[in-house]
Amino acid sequence: MNLAAATNENLAQTSNVLIYSSMAVYLLAFFANMAEWIFGSRSKTGRAAAALTQKAEKPATAPAVQVQQKGGTAVLDRPQVVTRAASGSRGDVPDGPGASGGDEQGDLYGRIAISLTVLGFLVEFAGVLTRALSVQRAPWGNMYEFNITFSTVAVGVYLGLLALKKNVRWLGLPLVTTVLLDLGLAVTVLYTASDQLVPALHSYWLYIHVSTAIFCGAVFYVGAVGTLLYLFKDSYENKLSQGGKPGRFATSVLERLPASASLDKFSYRINAAVFPLWTFTIIAGAIWAGDAWGRYWEWDPKETWSFITWVAYACYLHARATAGWKGRKAAYLALIAFGCWLFNYYGVNIFVSGKHSYAGV
Amino acid sequence: MSKTNVPEEAAQEAGQQAAQEATEREATAQLSTAPQEDRTPGSATFGVIGWARWFWRQLTSMRVALILLFLLSLGAIPGSLIPQSGTDQMKVDAFKKAHEHLGPLYDKLGLFHVYSSVWFSAIYILLFVSLIGCIIPRTWQFVGQLRGRPPGAPGRLDRMPAYATWRTEAGADEVRAAALTMMKKRRYRSHVVGSAVAAEKGYLREAGNLIFHIALIVMLVGFATGQLFKSDGTKLVLEGDGFANTLSQYDDFSSGNLFDKDTGLAPFSFTLKDFTGTYERSGPNKGTARTYKADVTYSEGSDGAEKKATIKVNEPLKIDGTKIFLSGHGYAPVVTVRDGKGKIVSDHTPVPLLPIDSNQTSTGAIKIMDGYRDKDGRKDQLGFNAFFVPTFAGSGKGNMFSQFPALDFPVLALSAYHGSLGVDSGLPQNVYQLDTTNMKKFEDSKGELLKKRLLPGETMKLPNGAGSITFEKDVQEWATFEIAKQPGTGWALTGAIAAIAGLVGSLFIQRRRVWVRTTAGADGVTVVEMAGLGRSESAKLPEELGRLVEQLHAQAPSAPDPDEPDTETPEPPTAVPAAEGAEK
Ligand code: HEM
Repeated sequence: MNLAAATNENLAQTSNVLIYSSMAVYLLAFFANMAEWIFGSRSKTGRAAAALTQKAEKPATAPAVQVQQKGGTAVLDRPQVVTRAASGSRGDVPDGPGASGGDEQGDLYGRIAISLTVLGFLVEFAGVLTRALSVQRAPWGNMYEFNITFSTVAVGVYLGLLALKKNVRWLGLPLVTTVLLDLGLAVTVLYTASDQLVPALHSYWLYIHVSTAIFCGAVFYVGAVGTLLYLFKDSYENKLSQGGKPGRFATSVLERLPASASLDKFSYRINAAVFPLWTFTIIAGAIWAGDAWGRYWEWDPKETWSFITWVAYACYLHARATAGWKGRKAAYLALIAFGCWLFNYYGVNIFVSGKHSYAGV
Repeated sequence: MSKTNVPEEAAQEAGQQAAQEATEREATAQLSTAPQEDRTPGSATFGVIGWARWFWRQLTSMRVALILLFLLSLGAIPGSLIPQSGTDQMKVDAFKKAHEHLGPLYDKLGLFHVYSSVWFSAIYILLFVSLIGCIIPRTWQFVGQLRGRPPGAPGRLDRMPAYATWRTEAGADEVRAAALTMMKKRRYRSHVVGSAVAAEKGYLREAGNLIFHIALIVMLVGFATGQLFKSDGTKLVLEGDGFANTLSQYDDFSSGNLFDKDTGLAPFSFTLKDFTGTYERSGPNKGTARTYKADVTYSEGSDGAEKKATIKVNEPLKIDGTKIFLSGHGYAPVVTVRDGKGKIVSDHTPVPLLPIDSNQTSTGAIKIMDGYRDKDGRKDQLGFNAFFVPTFAGSGKGNMFSQFPALDFPVLALSAYHGSLGVDSGLPQNVYQLDTTNMKKFEDSKGELLKKRLLPGETMKLPNGAGSITFEKDVQEWATFEIAKQPGTGWALTGAIAAIAGLVGSLFIQRRRVWVRTTAGADGVTVVEMAGLGRSESAKLPEELGRLVEQLHAQAPSAPDPDEPDTETPEPPTAVPAAEGAEK
């Protein structure tokens, strides 16, 4: 064994250590997130409840009118823009205050959680990078590598949204939880020693196709979390506006989430934004298949499920544009579409054999 | 900051709600070309034409498009779970054997070739008919919108999703003119209707959406042409040998229904100069291929100049619309056969053998059809079953399977027969298999089938002076090439690119309207009202309106408030609309 191979072994080893370390950091972030939610439950906010129960009692009130605020005194004499929701929508329910519920200690833990998530992200990123260096190629040759890259990108998307000052802190807990699951699976079930690729995987289309696929998956995942929470929050709001009394736990948690309309809009934007990229991913895959196997489209299981996923998301986007299918029905379609994506990733690799399964699981 | 109003009388409410809805309808008119839902069967006429019209309207409705899309994804599932004859006939046969009852049922339902089955085709054909039926009217509508002008301001601008107002001392006409210039500069299509400027932007959204849907059709047409006119065949080529692109040279060949056998194949030829394969020497993936490449020379047309090229797994050679893929490789041990008189009947002949595992354990047959005479000078034919391993485990070490795909320790094992090879029987014969029904074994001293393992350079003598076969110190390599032509891929690719571009336009561009109304108030002060409306609710719309307000406000600053000259936070005068309809 030559020197280069030995350094590669070392790098692979370093990568493993980094991945385990990132799991430890994410675990701490998980506890910090939990702490944020728990401390936040002390605060008694009931904005949605207030908005909706009042409405249930007095059905004749007008939807709230919101004035766009601009900071600074210089703009005070400028006319302000008044916004209002379309009639019939529930766009006027205010967003919840976030996991900390305005509780100072909760907020502190929330900030700690974010810092830890950033740290975890950096460590995990380093792990992926050293893995890539150890095999001297993109780290997407097998499911283990796919998993670690996937969770890195998902966390990256979350942190990116935070950096853009989007209201996404509510994503923290579900995200870190699933990242831990994903990494747990990776290091136990899916672990594959680092190695080279078979010739069919040597192509720059690999970089294009697989990197966009991973990115789309991570973003679809974030969208799916939003959709799921939308469904919970929406039934909560429905119950309230019909005069019902949701349970204490549901109230405590759901009150702190953004309004269902905001969650719905969030997941729609996320899904709509990556849909063109997903379309591109499939086309890039077809071009690659055309070069590697001689046919652009062979209805190989992986191709088929990418197509199914694509059509399912197209369904969802259509549903949003069709009267009578907005809201919950469209949300179910979005979840089905994400289910297709998940099956394409885990199910097809594990249960169905096809041309994509030559990378040792 | 939010405000709620004092409740008002219910009757007034209902009236106001109706007014509100009318306003919204008026303002949103022609903001998109999405079809309206229509659930009632063809209103008055229930004749054949009425029903046909109803059916057509249903088929081209968004709801049915949605259902068909859903069916399409649902219908694609079985094909990924049940073996498909197009990809793997062997698995299909195995499945049929294993499932006595399910097999015939699946067969009837076309589940072994889902993607060319009647029902799957029906779904996508209906979908595309629906698509065309949807696009044509939408395109006309859109052209109409492009030629028309944005509709005038609705009666009550404060009903719009984003609204701002202020009072200014500038003249109404003056402010309106300033607003028109501003909107035009910001590339809104704008004009003055009555006392207001009506402006609209973001037509590219609709254009993008139409382009996307049209591109889907272009893609489908591209694929369909490809399927109908394609040709696809394989050829095994030994190092040093060549291939010319004519039907007779293919080992096997298939083509689409409309493929023209006379003109469909592009004229070219190529020669395999050298094949190189290297393999992982250690680690858990020991034996997997690292490089596979075929160096070839080729010439286009019937006698074009010779050019060099390298074909790799991911890098096919493209000649005149035809792609040549490297699809497989194996070994061809070189053998020399002598007859009973010692005459050479087959001199240094490479015999291609087919690999049966990933370490290139290979099998095949060596057939001597002509020229062989036994020791008495009688004509006969010889046949050998050949088994070849590029890397032998070593004698006494288990089986005869190869340990590694490279030529580290080549061994050729042969068993020998003579008699009729059956090649004249008229039945097509597999060159890699020996049909021993009309052949006799050569026997060794114990009376068993004559078998021998040969190292390079070694010879197996046939009993009773019947001749010999020598495994020369040479093993050639061969490669199989897939030679495929699929017209229409250019169209499919163009369609795909246009689809993505259209989607981006459709999903990222907001179509929105802005109105600026200026009216002279009773006290000689001008009231400016601005409102914005988008296809969907968006946070960007109020922001954009805010910027417009800022710009116009700079040109027409607020007049001092007559009542409270020094308010800290001036409320927009008409920011508080009258209460409107209850939630439904
Ligand atoms: C071949 C299958 C189809 C696919 C994959 C597909 C896909 C899509 C996608 C992804 C969108 C979202 C883009 C956006 O929101 O602007 C969309 C919008 C739309 N589709 Fe389709 N579509 C298909 C067939 C159809 C058919 C058959 C119709 C007509 C009945 C149709 C009518 C529309 C309309 C009107 C919109 C725009 C909705 C809006 O303005 O928001 N589509 N389609």
